[in-house]
Amino acid sequence: MSVRPAWEEKPSLIGRLGKGTVLTAVVAAVVVPLWVVLITSLSSEKTINAVGGYVFLPREFDPSAYVVIFSGGQITDAIVVSTVVALAGTVLSLTVTVLAAYGLSRPGTLAHRPILFYFLLTFLIYPGMIPAYLVVTGLGLKDNLLALILPTAVSAFNLVVLRSFFMSIPGELLDSARIDGAGEFRILTRIVLPLSKAVTAVVGLFYAVGYWNAFFNAVLYIDRNDLQPVQRVLQQFILAGQSPTSSGAAVYIPGLGAATPPTLAIKMAVVVITVVPALLIYPFVQRHFTKGVIIGAVKG
Amino acid sequence: MSALPAIFRKTAKAAPVPRQLSFSARLRRDWPLLLMCLPAMALLLVFHYVPALGNVIAFQDYNPFVGDNPFEAFLYSEWIGFGNFEYLFENPAFWDAVRNTLSITIFQLVFYFPIPIALALLLNSIMSPRLRSLVQSVVYLPHFFSWVLVVSLFQMMFGGAGLIAQTLRQAGLAALDIMTNPDTFIFLITSQAIWKDAGWGMIVFLAALAAIDPGQYEAAAADGAGRWRRLWHITLPGLRPVIILLLILRLGDALNVGFEQFVLQREAVGRDAAEVLDTYVYYQGIAVQQWGVGAAAGLFKAVVGLLLIVGANKIAHRFGEQGIYSKS
Repeated sequence: MSVRPAWEEKPSLIGRLGKGTVLTAVVAAVVVPLWVVLITSLSSEKTINAVGGYVFLPREFDPSAYVVIFSGGQITDAIVVSTVVALAGTVLSLTVTVLAAYGLSRPGTLAHRPILFYFLLTFLIYPGMIPAYLVVTGLGLKDNLLALILPTAVSAFNLVVLRSFFMSIPGELLDSARIDGAGEFRILTRIVLPLSKAVTAVVGLFYAVGYWNAFFNAVLYIDRNDLQPVQRVLQQFILAGQSPTSSGAAVYIPGLGAATPPTLAIKMAVVVITVVPALLIYPFVQRHFTKGVIIGAVKG
Repeated sequence: MSALPAIFRKTAKAAPVPRQLSFSARLRRDWPLLLMCLPAMALLLVFHYVPALGNVIAFQDYNPFVGDNPFEAFLYSEWIGFGNFEYLFENPAFWDAVRNTLSITIFQLVFYFPIPIALALLLNSIMSPRLRSLVQSVVYLPHFFSWVLVVSLFQMMFGGAGLIAQTLRQAGLAALDIMTNPDTFIFLITSQAIWKDAGWGMIVFLAALAAIDPGQYEAAAADGAGRWRRLWHITLPGLRPVIILLLILRLGDALNVGFEQFVLQREAVGRDAAEVLDTYVYYQGIAVQQWGVGAAAGLFKAVVGLLLIVGANKIAHRFGEQGIYSKS
């Protein structure tokens, strides 16, 4: 509890009540939907029917919805696909971004300015959806998970964040390693990276969240049902009733049959699955709300 | 203010280039660094710059069925000058999309933009650090959710079979039509945007508030200024540079209102309300396969967007603010 400075007025009762109400409403707006989703996903069919739909108060712990979605079928496939894409994509993105950020971290090297300009220009020049689609399909990446990775693999924004951190490492440190005979790659892996663990981890997590949350590239490039990522399944599940012309086929779950509409608990379990990675990495990212992350808030 | 516009920060401040070394000597010294830049450059070349150049199909009657692949199709397609643009500019659906995009931008400027500021002021006035960080953690969270998830959560709360409808029905009342009503769509998408990103947008204002010298408040209080006058004469002027910068950035982004959020809900509320420029490009180009027209619409948006950014930055400099090409 920090101390209120002596010159500041004591808040009025109405002011305090008003603040409390607004804050409670703001927090509830985020927490209540997630709570309802979690409790409903853990409720039995009977409870759901008894309350007529969404469940507020936990009455039991029934993980059967999770058993269903993890026992094979399209949702299991989707979870595997999204996990693979997020992991492989993050490794690739982080590798090429770290390499380029280090390669650009010492002004004065050959072609430093033009290469930096090459990366920064991506902020002003957008590829355009149609030509991007033609290029990706032209490379034969339709129904290939690489189509979900390669087009978004490099974010110049993350590159700039990493680069500015690398530049803050004292040059004398790197020079002494160079005098000891270390090559650039060894300097990067032995000196620069260990000093930049936190910022590298945050950038990696941003990449990972990006891959996990990506939705539309799958609409464009993935037709096969067993290669759909989890966001696409979520869309078909929750919003498909809303958009009957969406191109996906009925979601297949063994035991329920292809045409059976998923029960509410299963739907909610899928929602929970899509939220969980964000929740897992969240405490970590939060601890590193560094300058780089604040920059991210501006660019959205 | 160095925290804000680092993306476009000039790098000219970096050390002067040592000119004494010859090109080959520098190449011999720097080749490992150049090699390290290559993979990222190659990826951007193929998936960013080649498609950017591919926008020239806006001037073609692009036909994917001539030749064996899109590249041959590009070579063999007929050049038709500004034909696609003429078609576009005579097409009322295109102007509807432009109008929707701009209305949404203006609407959100009025009803979304002030909310992160208000949230930051509110949070800044809380004394207990534990309560502050609790609220902060909760309101940042939805920023990490996908649009599919956000729209799904809204559907589950406000949709025809959602929680609100369920409660109303059990109370014997008629359910409200929120998720599919074109007339209220602009409120819906703005609420979604606020729910997802207002908390995250607050960060930058919190940082600006923390940078205001507390001595100013104390001096003002000693001179008899109440809390509202301190808010008006100290806090808001302290936030002014950030507010102006973000307003200008938003202006430069006027044609970007988001894509996934709209494509997810376009079927439900109908084209009249939910068609924005990005969805128009998608439906014209890929869904209906009028490639050239879609690319023309995309190019139109890109060029106008570029002009807006450059123009907005000019305005920023005129105001004496840093803009996005700031000097750090």
